[in-house]
Amino acid sequence: MNVLFFHLMPYAELPADFRATHPSIWVDVDSRLFDPVRGGAMYREYLDELEEAAALGFDGVCVNEHHSNGYGMMPSPNLMASVLARATTRGAVCVMGNAPALYDPPLRVAEEMAMLDCISGGRLIAGLPLGTPMDTCYAYGRNPGTLRDKYVEACELVVRAWQEPAPFAFAGRFYQHRYVNVWPRPIQQPRPPIWIPGGGAPETWRTCGERGYVYAALSYFGYQTARGVLKGYWAELARQGREPNPFQAGYLQLVGVAETKREALERYRAPAEYFYANCLHTDPRFAVPPGYATEASVRFRARQANPGNPVAQFTTAPTYEQILERGYLIVGTPDEVADRLRDIAVDLNVGQLMLLLHFGNMDRSLTGANTRLFAERVLPQLRDLFTDRWEDRWWPEAARRSEAARRPASGS
Amino acid sequence: MAGVSCRVWEQGAGEPAALLAGVGGLPRPTAFLDRLARTRRVIAPSLPGFPGSEAVGRLDDHLDWLLAARDLLDAAGAGGADLIGVSVGAALAADVAAVWPASVRRLALVSPLGLFDAADPTADLFAQRPGELAGLLCSDPAAWDAHVAAPESVDPVEWAVVQARAQEAAARLLWPVGDTRLARRLHRVEQSALLVFGGADRVLPAGYRQLWQRALPGAALQVIDGAGHQADLDAPAALAAVIDRFLDQPPAAADCGAGVVPAGR
Repeated sequence: MNVLFFHLMPYAELPADFRATHPSIWVDVDSRLFDPVRGGAMYREYLDELEEAAALGFDGVCVNEHHSNGYGMMPSPNLMASVLARATTRGAVCVMGNAPALYDPPLRVAEEMAMLDCISGGRLIAGLPLGTPMDTCYAYGRNPGTLRDKYVEACELVVRAWQEPAPFAFAGRFYQHRYVNVWPRPIQQPRPPIWIPGGGAPETWRTCGERGYVYAALSYFGYQTARGVLKGYWAELARQGREPNPFQAGYLQLVGVAETKREALERYRAPAEYFYANCLHTDPRFAVPPGYATEASVRFRARQANPGNPVAQFTTAPTYEQILERGYLIVGTPDEVADRLRDIAVDLNVGQLMLLLHFGNMDRSLTGANTRLFAERVLPQLRDLFTDRWEDRWWPEAARRSEAARRPASGS
Repeated sequence: MAGVSCRVWEQGAGEPAALLAGVGGLPRPTAFLDRLARTRRVIAPSLPGFPGSEAVGRLDDHLDWLLAARDLLDAAGAGGADLIGVSVGAALAADVAAVWPASVRRLALVSPLGLFDAADPTADLFAQRPGELAGLLCSDPAAWDAHVAAPESVDPVEWAVVQARAQEAAARLLWPVGDTRLARRLHRVEQSALLVFGGADRVLPAGYRQLWQRALPGAALQVIDGAGHQADLDAPAALAAVIDRFLDQPPAAADCGAGVVPAGR
């Protein structure tokens, strides 16, 4: 199994009464709350944490894209990935990802990711998400009715731009180019591995199966939520007659490790509460832009007992006890955490595990301790999972564990 | 239209008047339609995506929408007729009248969308918390709820899809702020025109009355006291009476002055 260190880069100094006094952390988040000098310090600290994780032996580091968002300060994850591509010498650099329909032309995504692949020596994982309603429709003003079709076309354009051996013309429904010619070219041929984060849209399952992309169930709501989503994904792959290779699926989990269970429970309470109360405090009016959900999703929701389901997560903050009980966050000793993660990975059949070992307002010292303990005592217990039976075809060749020793260090 | 099959309702007898409905379209017949049909032949085509029509399909940009509206009016036999538009329907009605003046006899715009003033923004129809849309659109939220409630004979899941499609269709046309660049074309409107606003419209700030009057200097202005954005649901009789008065005059002289009328019911 591959284990990636994922960082959201949240703004860590929201006021204690944020949830009570502000309607949302996203879209219309109060810009007066952002102290640029403190923000800069957070960026540097977070980059240190990612670099340390790579040095400690995590299989990859992972950044992502959000806009007008107080829990994700990376409107351009590529800037962060660029630092990491240069500063790290081993492991994958996963950009999870660039929402291609937000870029006009989407060729910008193909260009920047090709640059990242070059700088990292072929260690890029290219995430291509549709993007959340908040990021795409509200913060970036994209039309929800056409977003999904634009996204599909933009992905096609990006992938062709990497793969076609010569300049070509593209005449799509939304994008037209007489000359498509991405320079530089990615090191990985025919293209970097593509990972798609998803929340349960059947269209995305189908695409990942047909095109050979990794489907990543990314949510902050743990294993039970991902289970239903991944069940649908594996059913779709079976329908397509494809093997259930666990390396073609990813899953995100928040984790806190300490020497004793009691210590772990104490240490991670405050950052977990900060994360679920403040960072996920999103106004439900930004949750369902008309046309964003496919009709299949509308039918699915309408059949649920509680039609308010899609926005339920926004309305009340779970207590720490609920966060733990529902498995949003896993805390414990290294052995307890390793056992739990192995069980989950086997049950979900996921070979790409993305971890938030920093969440909420965790400070540098706690994050470092969590990361080191995980790397030393948990990681070794997860490594062998799935490798005996399955081949990982979704990982950069230059970032494979056996490759690390053979490659010269970059950046010198 | 544009590969999408669309429903056309027709009611009443006499001079034809076409109606392009507001947010949510016409999921069921309305008292406003009944009142209008007492004095004329009302033709109400349902635009792509709105109830009675198929999903919105490939209406990607404003030209697609404008052509769909014009073609639908022609196909419904309403070419050259008087044209009434409400809210989102009024944005398209005004555009059809501006781009093809000969295709519209007289123009009545009720709570029209299509213009946007960044210094005085309209409410965001497409960013509402669950249950808040009714109070935004109607001064009597129950009027909206009754308008969009699922009929007993219809599968509620499929009804939810119909409602979602209607919302998507309006959003497709108006995203993100509702500025269809109509301001650049309104100077082409040659027809007699009537502007009607709800006095309690929570979508359009009062400043939009002047905005529209400046864009259509010859138009008459009426405000229906107490009515919300969907004045056709809040005050069907008062709105129909105002429109009747406007359309009952000969085209050249059509003008029902300016004033405020009570909403009644």
